[in-house]
Amino acid sequence: MSDDVRDADIKKAEFGQEAGPETTSINAAVEREQKSRVPRIFKAQAFQILLVLIVIVIIFSIAAPDTFAQLSNLRLVVQNASILAVLGVGMTFIIITSGIDLSVGSVLVFSGVVAAIVMRAMGGSDWGTATVGIIVSILSGLAWGTFNGILISKAKVPPLIVTLGSLGMALGLAQILTGGVDIRNVPAVLTTTIGYGNILGGIPIISVIALVFVLIGAFVLHKTKFGLYTYAVGSSEEAARRVGVKVDRHLIKVYALSGGLAGVAGILSLSQFSTTAIAGQSQTNLNVIAAVVIGGTSLFGGYGTIFGTVVGLFIPAVLQNGFVITGVQPFWQQVAVGAVLIAAVYVDQLRRASAARGASTSLWSHFFRRNKK
Amino acid sequence: MTTPVLEARGLSRSFGHVRALDDVDFEVYPGEVTALIGDNGAGKSTLVKALSGNLALDSGVIKFEGDEIQLTNPQQASALGIETVHQDLALAPHLDPVQNMYLGREIMNKGLGGFFGTMNTKEMARESRRAFDELGATVRSLTSPVGSMSGGQRQAIAIARAVHWANKVVFLDEPTAALGVRQTKNVLETIRRVRDKGIAVVFISHSMPHVIEVSDRVQVLRLGHRAASIDTKDTSMEELVGLMTGASTRNAA
Repeated sequence: MSDDVRDADIKKAEFGQEAGPETTSINAAVEREQKSRVPRIFKAQAFQILLVLIVIVIIFSIAAPDTFAQLSNLRLVVQNASILAVLGVGMTFIIITSGIDLSVGSVLVFSGVVAAIVMRAMGGSDWGTATVGIIVSILSGLAWGTFNGILISKAKVPPLIVTLGSLGMALGLAQILTGGVDIRNVPAVLTTTIGYGNILGGIPIISVIALVFVLIGAFVLHKTKFGLYTYAVGSSEEAARRVGVKVDRHLIKVYALSGGLAGVAGILSLSQFSTTAIAGQSQTNLNVIAAVVIGGTSLFGGYGTIFGTVVGLFIPAVLQNGFVITGVQPFWQQVAVGAVLIAAVYVDQLRRASAARGASTSLWSHFFRRNKK
Repeated sequence: MTTPVLEARGLSRSFGHVRALDDVDFEVYPGEVTALIGDNGAGKSTLVKALSGNLALDSGVIKFEGDEIQLTNPQQASALGIETVHQDLALAPHLDPVQNMYLGREIMNKGLGGFFGTMNTKEMARESRRAFDELGATVRSLTSPVGSMSGGQRQAIAIARAVHWANKVVFLDEPTAALGVRQTKNVLETIRRVRDKGIAVVFISHSMPHVIEVSDRVQVLRLGHRAASIDTKDTSMEELVGLMTGASTRNAA
């Protein structure tokens, strides 16, 4: 008994003396953080990717100042990236939950086909018909997304497999519905406005629509409870579940969101190309996933931004455009994007490894401030 | 004697042929630290799971403040003011301390912002800071992801979260297992502060010095059965080890 008390006293004495190392290391870390002149935003991977994009733009601008560095060319690049941007918003949510959605391209096609069939059956080419088409397309996308989400969260089939399955199903059904022949009669009100209309003296309407979805997506992801739960589910499903987050229901909502946005993209695509373009979206899913990952969203979940995704979209878009303009074989774009993609994931791995060590999570310090340590 | 805030009578649970809990009694009093000790496989974690709504029981009765209750999920236990800090802490590593603190219980903005689902981050940060300070937790950054923090800091956050939401009982499953000397001292100090707020603390540990130092009462589990329930001041480390291994016995009072 007395031994134990003395034991405890000795322990206390030891504790008192041991107060050193831990506090000093924390203090040092805090000081380092405060002293750092690099503001927080510049440390984000999305910002580093933005620097890469700026460098690419500068190189092409110097190489082809008369053709690349023109407002009309910029307008073209933005217009071409608009549909992918809408899909990228949904994909960012999904990848943050550590999931994947391979079906977006097919769901886009299916939704466009269903909308086109409904609008053709109605026969009109006024806004009434177009509105019905828009609603049908979005509902069709939502249905596919919900289907994916239920299988992933309730039936516990891995997202890769579920969405690979629905990729085939949606595309197959779209071909069954059309007999494999593209539908080309799209209401003129859609093609002349959403398709290639401009507002404010030359800003493509389709890009404005995409921007609205991007801004809403960024708001929901970064400012709302829904966004927070998206990060929480991707960070640790178990931790989220234990505090009462309805993980299954949230996953269904996130996949439904991605499907719904694919439905939106379906109507945008229909308007832009005046055809259902059934065969035209086979690479879309991979392009969107590449953009999200290049933008710094972690495939392992819990980390990512909408801003990064938008920047990640423009790297392939600018490369493609720049190569065509400067006369480089455009096939090089695929090579370059592949390399950027691998580099982005490598960078994510570095970041996660240093986070696991409890070190600074910034790559900035990894690459630029190594000597000062 | 006062009514136990949480009381278990004759809990049994089998996993196949293994009787993890065999007619276990257990009680926790408000404002006391109850140490729950036992060798590996004695049923400590199973008991805690049962009492925090994470595990269904084959038989037995759980009483909360004298009234019989059925615990079927952790949220129900939370609603009663019972929180558990699991060994794996169950924090989301990419979220910051404030987000973890309020995950699942966010304070929403009022009016239009709340309608669109935005959260009152300022108030949550302020309340979290207060909760950490109250426990003397050394959380230096409220905006870094907890995954980048040390084990001690994460432990402090997990305990602070549990204490913030629990007003009756906190279960701490081996909170000092992976910690250094200084962080262990902080955790034990935290346990005392929580007890002084009138909350019952159940402290599971393999470390007899820590048990002796911090607990008011020790309940010993052995092979899924309660081997003893004794006042800490009436026992010694040697006796506790004897009770855990079966070398000595005492009446389960």
